[in-house]
Amino acid sequence: MANIRIRRAVTSAALAVLVCCVVGGCSIEPWVKPYERDHMADKIMSLDPNPVSSAYIDHVHDAREGARGATGGAGGGCGCN
Amino acid sequence: MKRGIVGLLLLMLASTGVAGVLPEDRADVLLHSYDGGGVTIQGPSLLVRKQFAQKFSVSANYYVDKVSSASIDVITTASPYKEQRTQKSVGFDYLHDRWTMNLGVISSVENDYSAKTFTFGVSQDVFGDLTTISLGYSLGNNEVRRRGDATFHDTVKMQSYRLGLSQILTKNLLVGLSFETITDEGFLNNPYRQVRYADSGSPIGYSYEREIYPRTHTSDAASLRMRYYLPWRAAVSAEYRDYHDTWGIEGGTFEVGYTHPVDRWTFDGKIRSYSQTKGNFYSDLFPRSHYQNFIARDKELSTFSSQSISIGATYDIMKGGWKFIEKGSLNIVFDHFMFDYQDFRDLRTIAATPGTEPLYNFDADVFEFFASFWF
Repeated sequence: MANIRIRRAVTSAALAVLVCCVVGGCSIEPWVKPYERDHMADKIMSLDPNPVSSAYIDHVHDAREGARGATGGAGGGCGCN
Repeated sequence: MKRGIVGLLLLMLASTGVAGVLPEDRADVLLHSYDGGGVTIQGPSLLVRKQFAQKFSVSANYYVDKVSSASIDVITTASPYKEQRTQKSVGFDYLHDRWTMNLGVISSVENDYSAKTFTFGVSQDVFGDLTTISLGYSLGNNEVRRRGDATFHDTVKMQSYRLGLSQILTKNLLVGLSFETITDEGFLNNPYRQVRYADSGSPIGYSYEREIYPRTHTSDAASLRMRYYLPWRAAVSAEYRDYHDTWGIEGGTFEVGYTHPVDRWTFDGKIRSYSQTKGNFYSDLFPRSHYQNFIARDKELSTFSSQSISIGATYDIMKGGWKFIEKGSLNIVFDHFMFDYQDFRDLRTIAATPGTEPLYNFDADVFEFFASFWF
């Protein structure tokens, strides 16, 4: 039940952002100015700094766990016998 | 509901637009090694991306798994084997107006399994580039065969729907949301794996028969990721993924990490925890042969948890560039996994009463060595 509540909360939050985007027409002033984004531009802030490595470790997880998806990659085959 | 979200996003993407960015020009050469549970897997992965005409980018990946397996399933019901899986993919990105579109084809071949997957995605930056929204769809057509049985042939059709959102919340905090629904239809079990059932006529008290799975499977996964920039130029990260599917499996993944650069070095550390409940047609020991319509004894469908620790180091090379290469890095990553199964038993031990054998567990070590070049 806790998982379902978390899932609904996350989905609702995402929908709220999307609806704001559509209704607002993206006219909202960015609250983090371009000159304040030097930390975001630092390579240590990348969510996926090494795609070749993250794709491999996602495959390691996928082949040994029941869960799948929402990791940002796409693959084929099994390799899990 | 999910189709509604996708429709809403497509409408929005068609009516708004800000800047988009193509992937970096980059080449990666990776060697990987997995060793655990009687299975060793090694191979290379090569990935190259290149932009042209300032609005196109192409990518290609070549990946190999060389498998040598004497896993717990194999040594209790079959014979150790070796095989190779080769995966090739090509991708194409297009920057138009203020959004990007990507197309890709992935082909994977084993001696008993072939997969072809087509992927499509769009992404767009909005809110003054503070928000990036992405949508993706994949369609896979797979063929399943069985070694030593020329009469066996079946198919699997896979479809995946993805929605992603990354958001700069403050000048130090980046958050990402991902949703993915995957549907499979066709022959979904391993064609070799067997279940065991109580059999008083057998000297060991049980016998084996082939698994039978449903021919459909749908899963939903949602993940939330964050990354925070610390005052001393380092970053902490956290991720949670929630998962459930139509086979009754519920899973949760939690991961925290820390990244710390020192001069030319960057060090990474992560701790990851995963747990899941069992599928509703899984059992370690069925009461009798063909006890129910669907029967499985795949340990990936059992109740289990795994913990892992990951450490990595990156060393920047060619800082001033060399010929057409702008910069490069050498990387090493080590992961140690510990799997503990709550209702999957180790049948290498013969128990007086079937179903009382010790529970199975194993550790695995994973190494990655890779070099990256930007040009």
